[in-house]
Amino acid sequence: MIAAVLFSAACAPHATPQKLSIAAAADLQFALDDISRGFRQAHPELDVAVTYGSSGNFYSEIRNQAPFDVFLSADSEYPRKLAQEGYADARSMFTYGVGRIVVWAPKQSPLDLARLQIHALEADSVKHIAIANPQHAPYGRAAVAAMQSLGVYGRVESKLVLGENIAQTLQFVQSGAADVGIVALALALAPSTRAQGQYWEIPVDAYPEIEQAGVVLSHAKAAAAARAFCAYLQSAAARARLKEYGFYLPEK
Amino acid sequence: MDWQAIWLSVKLASATTVILLILGLPLAYWLTFSPRRWKFLVEALVALPLILPPTVLGFYILLAIGPRSPVGALYATLTGGLLPFSFPGLLIASVLYSLPFTIQPVAAAFAGVDRKLIEASWCLGVSRAATFRRVVVPLARAGIAAGAVLSFAHTMGEFGVVLMVGGNIAGVTRTVSISIYDQVQALNYAAAWQTSLFLLGFSFTVLALTYALQRRVWALWPAS
Repeated sequence: MIAAVLFSAACAPHATPQKLSIAAAADLQFALDDISRGFRQAHPELDVAVTYGSSGNFYSEIRNQAPFDVFLSADSEYPRKLAQEGYADARSMFTYGVGRIVVWAPKQSPLDLARLQIHALEADSVKHIAIANPQHAPYGRAAVAAMQSLGVYGRVESKLVLGENIAQTLQFVQSGAADVGIVALALALAPSTRAQGQYWEIPVDAYPEIEQAGVVLSHAKAAAAARAFCAYLQSAAARARLKEYGFYLPEK
Repeated sequence: MDWQAIWLSVKLASATTVILLILGLPLAYWLTFSPRRWKFLVEALVALPLILPPTVLGFYILLAIGPRSPVGALYATLTGGLLPFSFPGLLIASVLYSLPFTIQPVAAAFAGVDRKLIEASWCLGVSRAATFRRVVVPLARAGIAAGAVLSFAHTMGEFGVVLMVGGNIAGVTRTVSISIYDQVQALNYAAAWQTSLFLLGFSFTVLALTYALQRRVWALWPAS
């Protein structure tokens, strides 16, 4: 990598690539790696760096001038708040996808998710159910709402363990520490987890829509590049990739 | 303020300190006085938590105490329960994480005990165990107190490992540092302020008291 950097610096001394920094929700990990590759090819003059994390964290960081240009949240509430408070450009706000949640268990688990569906959570063999923290993770709120509307919440509440974000929630189940979890479909479909697990998709009418929005930040250093990236995310090619990675697409 | 989390942290820190004193005193004694040449390997092992990030410890501990590991399976057959996301699981993690904070000051204090006094005791026919109890430990008490306080304070402030293995269950694994993190994440800054301020005051008081005792501001024990 160092060699590649030195090489490109030597070849193009006059065109230092402009840096575009993106803060993205943890569920975008795999989809965005793929999509930003396409964007890089179209814009070789830009140096795109993506940081993944919890949306609530990014929200407080951005209010304290974290050096990002674009924020892709796991919900629409944080971007809306940032825009209201003047930290983001309200006109740039757009919905890039609608998240879906699934009940996930490792392949070798004795639970038959296809048959048990949501009732897998109530099985006697299930001691711990991992969900993202509903206090600040949009996927955690959706998981709680789904368990409530499907009528199992009261019986499984005492088995819940909370992941800091949706990726850690999945890790709890993968490690065997929790028996089953409610995670983002995007993570269940990720190349590294697809072969390891089985999942049952929770019907979308069981929980409030997880509308995921992006926004260009007011203090963006690369505002033009940021707008180009947001436009690219809404292109047909990017939308097709997002769909493959488990996001419903917003109506145009 | 999240009193439940504060109480849980105090309980965890106290239990960790007691276990570390029980395990740590003999281990520190062995590290100080053993003639074995390979004991540097044990020293390095004990000091590892000082160097390793909590993420590494947390990641491995979760796997090591999970139901698929030998430790987790043994615990399940013995108690019928599971270690991850439980208080005993958190206790194991805390003991490992704070181990060097007990061992190092205690071992240093043992090394500082005059060897002649120990040998005189042995020559007078006092057993090794009794010499340890009646000569070594009393002479090393300042170091032992320092180790206990450091372990207690370090466990009170533990965050990364708990975040990695705790699962954030109220009253079971939601310690005060996790509670503050949650409050910040939920943009509940007023509550975060209160709990943080409490923790700051508490930590300062504990440390100030310890140093005051060590400096003999109040004479609680006779001068040695």
